[in-house]
Parts: sequence; C-alpha cells; structure tokens
Amino acid sequence: MITAFSDAQIWLVIALLGLGTFLIRFSFLGIIGDRDLPGWVLRMLRYTPVAVIPGLVAPLVLWPAATGGTPDPARLTAAAVTLAIGATTKNVLLAILGGAATLFAMLWLLG
Amino acid sequence: MANDRSKPFWRGTRDGAPFILVILPFAMLFGVVATEAGLDIAQTMVMTIFVIAGAAQFAAVQQMVDSAPVFMVLATSLAVNLRMAMYSATMVPHLGTAPLWKRALVAYFLVDQSAVMGADTFEREAGRDTGWKVLYLLGVMLPIAPFWYGGTLFGALVGGRIPDSFALDFAMPITFLAMIAPMVKTLPHLAAALTSVLLALVLAGLPFGSGLLVAALAAMIVGASLERTMERKGTT
Repeated sequence: MITAFSDAQIWLVIALLGLGTFLIRFSFLGIIGDRDLPGWVLRMLRYTPVAVIPGLVAPLVLWPAATGGTPDPARLTAAAVTLAIGATTKNVLLAILGGAATLFAMLWLLG
Repeated sequence: MANDRSKPFWRGTRDGAPFILVILPFAMLFGVVATEAGLDIAQTMVMTIFVIAGAAQFAAVQQMVDSAPVFMVLATSLAVNLRMAMYSATMVPHLGTAPLWKRALVAYFLVDQSAVMGADTFEREAGRDTGWKVLYLLGVMLPIAPFWYGGTLFGALVGGRIPDSFALDFAMPITFLAMIAPMVKTLPHLAAALTSVLLALVLAGLPFGSGLLVAALAAMIVGASLERTMERKGTT
C-alpha cells in the first residue's frame, strides 16, 4: 500500500508531472497564438468536449475500480439517472444531485 | 470599467458553482489516497496545486504504489492528460490574441470543467471579446481550484477515516456525465459521443491510455463530417 519511492523520487515525479501537464495545456495556446486555424480544424475542435468526456467516463462507469472492475448496478443506475436528468433539464446541478442521490439510495438498498 | 469586467467573472463563477459538490469529495479522496500511499502533506499539496489534474494525480500515485519506474509513472500520468492538448487547441480561436501571460494563466487553469464550460459558452456567445472570455474562465475556476486544494488538504489531514461507503470514487464520473449530457444537442453531437464511448471501451486495453486519444480523435472526425454532410443536404 505504501510506495517504495524515496522522497527525492516523489519530488521528481511531482515536478516533472506538473511541468509536463502545464506544457500540454499551454501547447496550442502558446504556439499557435493568434494565427488562423483552417476551417475544418475549427469544425472538429467544436466537438472536443463531446468527443473526450464520454470516452473518458465510459470505462469508469462500466468497470469501476472500487468494485475491482466488476459492473456495479448502483453505479450504472446512478450514471443513467445523471445522464437522463442532464439531457432533459439541461441543468448540471440537478443532474449531479440526482445522480448522487440515486447512487446512495442504490448502495443502501443493495446493502 | 470595473463593473463591466466583473460581469464575465461572476457569470463564470455561477456556471462553475455546481462543480463544488463533486470537486470537494474527489479532492478529499485524493488527499486520503495520496497520504495512504506514503506521500507527506507537503508532497500531496504541492502535487495537487502544481499538477491540478485529478485523474493524472490518481494515476501517478497508483503507479508509485505499484513501484513502477519513474519514467513509466510520468508516461502514464501525462498520457492521461494528453486530452488537455485538445482543450488547448479548442481555446486557440477564442483566446489566441490574448497576451502571452494571460494565455499561460488560462493554460494552468485549463481543467476538464473550465475547458468544457468555456467551449460551450464561447460557442453560444460568439460575440464576446477575448478579455471577457479570459475573465469568464477565471470565474469558472473560482468555485473549483480553491476547493480542489482545500479538499485535498482536508483529505490528507483526516486520512483513512472517510468510510468507503461514501463511494467518493464516483464523484468524477457523475460530474462528467452531468456536464456533458446537456451539451449533446444535435445528431452530430450524439454520433460523436457514441463513437467516443464505443472506441474508448474497445481500445481500453491500449497502453498509456492512448485508446482514449484515438477514440476522441475519431469522435471529432465523425461529428464534424456528419455536421458537414447535414449542412450540404440542408437538413440542419
């Protein structure tokens, strides 16, 4: 459970991870700046959120680490309710609250 | 005028406010996991402030516990963050003309929530100027960054006394779903989202999380192509 990394190794990871993450975030903003991007690139970029987030979250919903990767009815139901509330009400806060309430209710019901 | 400049900031704050509910438990979970993995408070806090990317921080700590070589820890966690290069590109048309220091400041704060809220708002309100957009993004981060830092500290101090039954692990999936569901507004959006889900699941076994990048790129192409086809047919 406890890492075998030395203090120096941990600090090295923190420094390089922080620096690398900033450079990734800065990449296009820093280099391209105010040069114009081609139209087809702009069109694709408008799909970034709906292209990244669903793929990021799908494995977490289907194979949660907390259950050792086994699909979990409580988490699946909570995910479905969050999606349904978000899609119908367009309200992020309601969707979060509904999803969390469903998760706790299901976890309690299923013991 | 100070009053004009404060409007986009508070608009952003209002749009970012719901995320407090999930950032806080997710941050606490990181504080718990990091200290249980053997990081001291200083290391945990510097990491959380310097990196400010939850998923990558969890990946890094997990790999350190598994005693992976340093370069593997870095490769895996940085790969988790590669999606942020796409966010960076998404912000270019909106913020490309801002001074370098402002672009650097925004880059530091370019997390999933700010990038997605920003992309959505800037697309709907195309007339906003660059200064407005920078302040909006900083406003979105006001209910996020301080709670990320504070929640991590709380988790690190309280340690393993938060019961597993709180299911804090699912805070992140719930935020992401709540955030993205209202944004699936057209058929191309839906096609992109489904492509992303299917390919991410099929390619989940690829190393360094590279499956997600392939899935995201393919989903962007599917969305953009379908949009163009529909425009040509005049069905939009």
